[in-house]
Amino acid sequence: MNNPYLPYPVRIDSAITETEDRNLKTFKLVFLNAQDEKKFAYTPGQFAILSVAGLGEIPIGIATSPTEQGFIKFTVNKVGKVTSHLHNMKAGEIMGVRGPMGNWYPWELLEGKNVVIIGGGFAFTTLRSSIVYMIDPKNRSRFGKIDVVYGARSAGLLLYKDELAEWEKRSDINMHITVDSSSDANWKYNVGFVPAVTKQKAPSAENAYAIICGPPIMIKFTLPVLTELGFPPERIISSLEMRMKCGIGICGRCNIGTEYVCRDGPVFTLEQLAGLPVEY
Amino acid sequence: MSDIYYNAKENFTGVIEQLMGRYRVYAPVKEGCHHHGFAPIEKAEAADLGFNNTRLSPKGLFHPQAERMFEYSLAKDDPQAGIVKEAQKDFSPRVLLGVRPCDAKAFDLDDSNFNTETIKDPWWVRRRETTTMIGLACDSPCSTCFCTSMGSGPYDTAGLDVLLVDAGEGYAAEVLNEKGKNTLAVTSGWTPVTSAILPLTHKKKASEQSIGIAFDPAAIAKKQMLEIYNSPAWEEVQFACINCGACTFVCPTCWCFDIQDEVCGDKGERLRLWDSCMFPLFTLHGSGHNPRSNKTQRVRQRFMHKLKYYQDKYNSGPACVGCGRCVQACPVNIDIRQVGRQMASQGCSQPA
Repeated sequence: MNNPYLPYPVRIDSAITETEDRNLKTFKLVFLNAQDEKKFAYTPGQFAILSVAGLGEIPIGIATSPTEQGFIKFTVNKVGKVTSHLHNMKAGEIMGVRGPMGNWYPWELLEGKNVVIIGGGFAFTTLRSSIVYMIDPKNRSRFGKIDVVYGARSAGLLLYKDELAEWEKRSDINMHITVDSSSDANWKYNVGFVPAVTKQKAPSAENAYAIICGPPIMIKFTLPVLTELGFPPERIISSLEMRMKCGIGICGRCNIGTEYVCRDGPVFTLEQLAGLPVEY
Repeated sequence: MSDIYYNAKENFTGVIEQLMGRYRVYAPVKEGCHHHGFAPIEKAEAADLGFNNTRLSPKGLFHPQAERMFEYSLAKDDPQAGIVKEAQKDFSPRVLLGVRPCDAKAFDLDDSNFNTETIKDPWWVRRRETTTMIGLACDSPCSTCFCTSMGSGPYDTAGLDVLLVDAGEGYAAEVLNEKGKNTLAVTSGWTPVTSAILPLTHKKKASEQSIGIAFDPAAIAKKQMLEIYNSPAWEEVQFACINCGACTFVCPTCWCFDIQDEVCGDKGERLRLWDSCMFPLFTLHGSGHNPRSNKTQRVRQRFMHKLKYYQDKYNSGPACVGCGRCVQACPVNIDIRQVGRQMASQGCSQPA
């Protein structure tokens, strides 16, 4: 019987510091057994449980896209016991991964639609996965216009800076990068909070879905903007975070009412959330 | 059609010994002066079938309070260091003797968590497969029992392979399936009972009638989830609660667990440990945010999960079998029957 608690062994291929506060690192992991990579077939929006023997496990969104082969990446914020230890681990060290877990963004519904991606801070990982997936030459024609509003407190806190710059150059994706404030005279992009920039850029709601991930305060002020732009609740998609242990809907802690965030989420539409207790 | 057999009580030590020859036998044994608990028995005489119910439910025999999931080496010179591996476990056949029908029914409910079409908890499933459940019908329910309100009963056969009924000088054994039949076949002295035993039917009825009606879970199922969730009554329910978690530990349908690593020298283990929704740490995020930071939210979660969320999610009865252990164990006398009545009557005072 397949044991869903048993992590696949992986080797850390690289660990790159992403942000100037050094709190976010991206780990590139390679499966020790090639057949495990096949079993770990995932879709953008899903997450995995990272396992460090002796320390424990943590649920983290998958930052790579299935269009990238041979490795998986996770961007990890340093907050507790496991993540602090992980930040000190070096290339070559062995850890584990379980998954993939949870539901993905509803790609079958998004087909033929315009997609507006709104992200804030370090909640950009599964959004990066989604963007890489959509702009892949094999997939780009399946989707309409792509707009991305991505903000951080400062330029040094943006994730994946090299890729952001590359995407800026492309004509098939409209990037709206923003920082809360900047004293840098050479800053080329927007200044302002994500809700304000979303309002200013006003991506059309016609034939469009919005995917929004970020700190609660950003989501709280961006939702009214999306509503104003004409996005109905069933076309606003978000991904939730919860404390998790098993990741497969068994250990009991990540529920919001009847729904387990790990198994029934983490992707929910605003319409689905409206029917649930506000306990997240 | 099930088969019924009869065996005299004086043969029963022999029956248990015969079971012990083939199986690991777990039975109720005395714990101190006032309590019973399920334990593996070394001698047939240790099994004590003259009990009301055990203090802890037998869930720990399938979902241990602390279970070694995996082990690993952390030795610097070990090429396998950091690779998590299965821990050895004993899955040889077992018999659980003397399970009360409420507890057996609880295992059926727990299956909806541990054994689904898509996700199977391998340890739970194997233990379920390799265990024969021999139940013992209840003739003297406690004042805290309310199994009949929860879709079970003192003679319920759900989740059992054999049901024993105390017939005075002997036991009647109702064989419920192939597994039960094969297990009983290793024991001797049974004689088939061809017609239904009328006195036992009377005993069943008498036992059922001695249990009061607690509340109607179907009435809770019909209510809107948010209507009950947002009720001001939770403030009253939680007032006395001290979040000790005793209710969740004694409950046969509380399965929540934590996963923790423990290291000793350069060897480590990954453990699965019972956890409780009554504890603030249960839902505490790494960021410090806690979606159930206050007691009202945690108390509400326990009752809502058992009596509302579970019914809604699985379109079934509640995740409660009415064993009454939480009523007995609660140090501040919170009574799920009273809470259930309150939940069922939410909004009822309002004209439709």
